[in-house]
Amino acid sequence: MDPAGGFDLELLGSWADSHTHRVQLALKLKGLPFEYREEDSLRPSAAVLLHNPVYGSLPVLLHRGRALLHSVVILQYLDEAWPSGRLLLPSDPCDRAAVRFWSHFADDKLAPSVAAVFSSCPGDGRKAAVDQVHQNLKLLERELGGGGAFEGRRFFGGDEIGLLDVVLGCGSYWLAVFEEVMEVKLVDPEAFPRFHAWLRDFEEQREVKETIPPIDKLLEYATAVRQMMLGGTGADDDNVVAVN
Amino acid sequence: MADVKLIGSPLSPYVLRAILALSLKKVEYELLEEKFGEKSELLLKSNPIYKKIPVLIHHDRPICESAVIVEYIDEVWPESGFGAILPADAYHRALHRFWTYYVDDKWFPSLVAIGKAETEEAKAEAVERVRAGLLLLEEAFVKLSEGKAFFGGDRVAFLDVMFGCFVNWIVAAEELVSVELLDEATVPALHGWAVRFREHEAVKEVMPDSGRVLGFLKILQAKWKADAAAAKKKL
Repeated sequence: MDPAGGFDLELLGSWADSHTHRVQLALKLKGLPFEYREEDSLRPSAAVLLHNPVYGSLPVLLHRGRALLHSVVILQYLDEAWPSGRLLLPSDPCDRAAVRFWSHFADDKLAPSVAAVFSSCPGDGRKAAVDQVHQNLKLLERELGGGGAFEGRRFFGGDEIGLLDVVLGCGSYWLAVFEEVMEVKLVDPEAFPRFHAWLRDFEEQREVKETIPPIDKLLEYATAVRQMMLGGTGADDDNVVAVN
Repeated sequence: MADVKLIGSPLSPYVLRAILALSLKKVEYELLEEKFGEKSELLLKSNPIYKKIPVLIHHDRPICESAVIVEYIDEVWPESGFGAILPADAYHRALHRFWTYYVDDKWFPSLVAIGKAETEEAKAEAVERVRAGLLLLEEAFVKLSEGKAFFGGDRVAFLDVMFGCFVNWIVAAEELVSVELLDEATVPALHGWAVRFREHEAVKEVMPDSGRVLGFLKILQAKWKADAAAAKKKL
């Protein structure tokens, strides 16, 4: 907590959880100091269950002791509670609608398709899962291109990272990790040149580098989870969710 | 005058959200009704990713997803009609949005599960899940309303719209399977809220009555049964 009187922000999260990264990154982009507490994403502590009784999930952002839940809700809250600082959402209602729609797509379609690759079996199942990811990436590629909602932009937020960059970016690192662990090609720079360039530029940002764990740690984690899944220990979807 | 068009049918609770928002704002629009079981060219062109209703078309630009549409309506017409839909306070906005996510992610699917249940056991389980969800929403209502009429306090606000669209679906489900869900004994605050919500000037004008919803629910149930039977045949 900031000794100068502070913003009273405490983030309960997990180091390998992309939704936690979204909030950490947003707080850094906005220059808001916060305390971080590492939690076990599979075994919610009493504190997590107290603040998030409905889902028992992470992240939980506490602002002056009041709990904010669900990463996309939290990101919007940060804009609205600190309106004079750097904003994550654009000001135009049409642009805001596009950001909200594609954020929904990120969690509703893209993330589950990436998770499905991770839990797929070799053969037709894996091929189908990879195809689904490609279809979803194609949709984003199109939006960055001519006639798309984010045509010609370096980032979805324009010259600077915005909410949709944070939502898509925190999670897209799993694409490279799964490419290696599952031995598949997901982000082919020839098939998705704009998406590839966007991801590369996103990952070069200082605040992003400070937030996302080193790739070898993520690889180690994903490999361990995959081995647990294959070991037939009755590993369930929780592991896959934790990875995303 | 067709600057604002809405693709969908009021019998869809998701479309009803957009209708309620437009009604609260007193914005005129043209309703382009979709026929159940068919998807028009315009729908497929306007929402190629999800191919679902509702779609709001404003100045020829499509906006998809009910939550996105309602927030858009609130931002484009901030002061019209009954005024703001999203609460003024940032924390309340976050709570309204969180509970909307919960309703879509967990609660409404549990209500649909009642209609899809093939055995008495499955039906009873689904009913219990809906009731458990309503208890959570009851608590949320007490906290958010602060003793007043709606989730938004004195005014109908975001969560009133995003959850209120289901009030006659709950009544229809109660009739369909002869159980009480939103009863005064177990969820007194929500029970009172539902009555007030239906009576609100902007709501009663546009909300389809539970009889119509029940008729539609029966058609849906028949379709679900047929789909389930067809899926079993394939195995």
